Amino acid sequence: MTQPHDVTDQTIRERLIPFPKAHFLAASDLNPFVTPQLLDLGDAFVDFNRQSSKALDLLHGRTVVNLFFENSTRTSSSFEIAAKRLGADVVTMPVASSSVKKGETLIDTAVTLNAMKPDILVIRHSASGAAELLSQKVGCAVVNAGDGRHEHPTQALLDLLSMRRAFGDVTSLTVAICGDITHSRVARSNVALLQMMGARVRLIGPPTLVPGDADRWGCEVFHDMREGLAGCDVVMMLRLQLERMAGALVPSTREYFRFWGLDREKLAWAKPGARVMHPGPMNRGVEIDSDVADDLDVSLIQDQVEMGVAARMAVLASLSARWGGK
Amino acid sequence: MTTLAILNARLLDPASDYDGPGGVLIENGRIVRVVHGASPIDADQVIDADGLCLAPGLIDIRVKTGEPGAEPKETLKSASLAAAAGGVTTIVVQPDTDPAVDDPAMIDFIQRRGAALNLVNVRAAGAATKALDGQRMAEIGLMDEAGALYFTDGDKVIVNSRTLQRVMSYAAAFNALIACRPSDPWLTEGAVAASGELATRLGLSGSPAIAERIGLERDLALVEQTGARFLVDQISTEGALETLARARAKGLEVAVSVSINHLCFNEVDIGDYRTFYRLDPPLRSEADRQALIEAVREGLIDVITSAHAPAPAEDKRRPFAEAAPGAVGLETLLPAALTLHHEDGLDLLDVLRPLTQGPAALLGLDAGVLAEGAPADLVLFDPGAPVIVDADALRSKSKNSPFDGRRLQGKVIGTWVGGRKVF
Repeated sequence: MTQPHDVTDQTIRERLIPFPKAHFLAASDLNPFVTPQLLDLGDAFVDFNRQSSKALDLLHGRTVVNLFFENSTRTSSSFEIAAKRLGADVVTMPVASSSVKKGETLIDTAVTLNAMKPDILVIRHSASGAAELLSQKVGCAVVNAGDGRHEHPTQALLDLLSMRRAFGDVTSLTVAICGDITHSRVARSNVALLQMMGARVRLIGPPTLVPGDADRWGCEVFHDMREGLAGCDVVMMLRLQLERMAGALVPSTREYFRFWGLDREKLAWAKPGARVMHPGPMNRGVEIDSDVADDLDVSLIQDQVEMGVAARMAVLASLSARWGGK
Repeated sequence: MTTLAILNARLLDPASDYDGPGGVLIENGRIVRVVHGASPIDADQVIDADGLCLAPGLIDIRVKTGEPGAEPKETLKSASLAAAAGGVTTIVVQPDTDPAVDDPAMIDFIQRRGAALNLVNVRAAGAATKALDGQRMAEIGLMDEAGALYFTDGDKVIVNSRTLQRVMSYAAAFNALIACRPSDPWLTEGAVAASGELATRLGLSGSPAIAERIGLERDLALVEQTGARFLVDQISTEGALETLARARAKGLEVAVSVSINHLCFNEVDIGDYRTFYRLDPPLRSEADRQALIEAVREGLIDVITSAHAPAPAEDKRRPFAEAAPGAVGLETLLPAALTLHHEDGLDLLDVLRPLTQGPAALLGLDAGVLAEGAPADLVLFDPGAPVIVDADALRSKSKNSPFDGRRLQGKVIGTWVGGRKVF
């Protein structure tokens, strides 16, 4: 870990680059040239966030609206803190409990909000493609904070930042993404971004939770943890939604934990020094044993939360840099 | 350790295709030597088989007991005694008990209870869905670890294709075997006999042969998609055999079993509403029976089972349609199977193969062969001895044998399990 040191406005401005696209909807909006630069910017924000004074004015006068159609605490707070530290005015709308219940469509909500002239809309929605649809209907930048089982690109960026800080280089890493791949937007974004950066990606899970055509994503697919984890540098566990257990796709939590839950024994099958990640929130004792999750020598899980704010600051700041910034 | 030799026998070993004179030497529960010809072997105990047939003990993969939940019908002990008397050295009990065997602890329970009896090898099949509800996948991985040999909902068809698809694809992760009765549940609803002229005349609702074909087509399509290891449980019609042949010609690897009852009886046997012939699937036409026998002859049938299903008198002494389906069969399995040899001219090895090596290979057991290192699970029998089956004398607690009063040829003289004489 780098020691916190004084990070000036100047350092950050020097590293600031304009985001390659008008919106950040999917990992494919990034490219292999701009991604390392975004990570450099993220590093600067990490140091900045470790200072006692954390106020910047990069987004001063700008309005960021967090539009969360699905309940989320950590992602919405992470975006809110990121935007506030950049000096933006932030409105977080838990739409899950408001107008949508009154029957308003996504488009209507978008048009209404658009009329209020926000600069950045951060959206989470349960339907795949919702962020894309919204981006076509509004005049501001849209950041996808998770759409259905499609993408969660800022998660992939923060995961990449966590990995680069832990390993220095991500291009030679072998990353195993384990668990419910089928329903995971985190998995899809991570596969795309990690492969873009040259890392090798493996997918491990029961056949009922790994899409049958996942091998065509360019990943190696395993159903056995021992085989799949052999030689991996990073073990990324995914959350298993409780409604998917109890017989529909997995017989029970105890069987899932026995064969696919990460504990010390299974972690030992990975490369020595392998690090453990989880996008949270964790089901302890289902997909991950607390013994592993809480061991700071192997777990990057807390780092991921910290990197979340920094990576999102990098995204928001670089989107604003497209408008000429300050 | 004492050694036992059984000499001067006619060895019948389907695995090595050997049918000829010879003997075996047994030590520590295993076969340590197999000799062909008349060479003598030194042993602490020598049994002169006097030309009788010595074969691997039979493996019956479809045995129902009433344990747990319906012990008056049959217990693991009464089933084991019946098996030993029938030359069956390994039984795989079905999970459709009450409660169902859908949990690793239940697998463990059955194996422990079975082992404590010190009779035959008692193994278990696990339920494919919890409480056999056809909806929620059972703990296939944990039961597999606990020793379950395969997974099935028994006589219940998993109607929901999505559930079956998930069960198959999940089981593939453990290379676990799934067995399923081929049947369309709607076409067979309420059916008690095979559709046809006879059932119509008797006024019994019929199960059409196409129901089996439709069910099988669905199951095979799912196998093709999921790559599961699969056993077609109890095929009974000519049409379904054709469907199977087509799938196999395309390269699909599936195993198939047939019950001894469908090889020995046809729909005419239900005659005057005799409920001991009320079976599920129902007895079919003579053409179906002949097609099944041909399939055995050609080696297309992997496993012959007794489909042992005890039902006490109170469940059978009822109007035909209300009587419980099923028949006991452990003790009569070998003589009944020998009718294929005596009456239909099948080679003895071809009759024994789906009773020994076939199920052993399917379930990954090291039994079912006469080979050095294999467990000394053996049956000594006289293939020509006449017997008249007396249901009341059967060791099963339930006496519902369709063979009652029948004249069969073939008598079990001795049964050894792990070198220990159990009959």
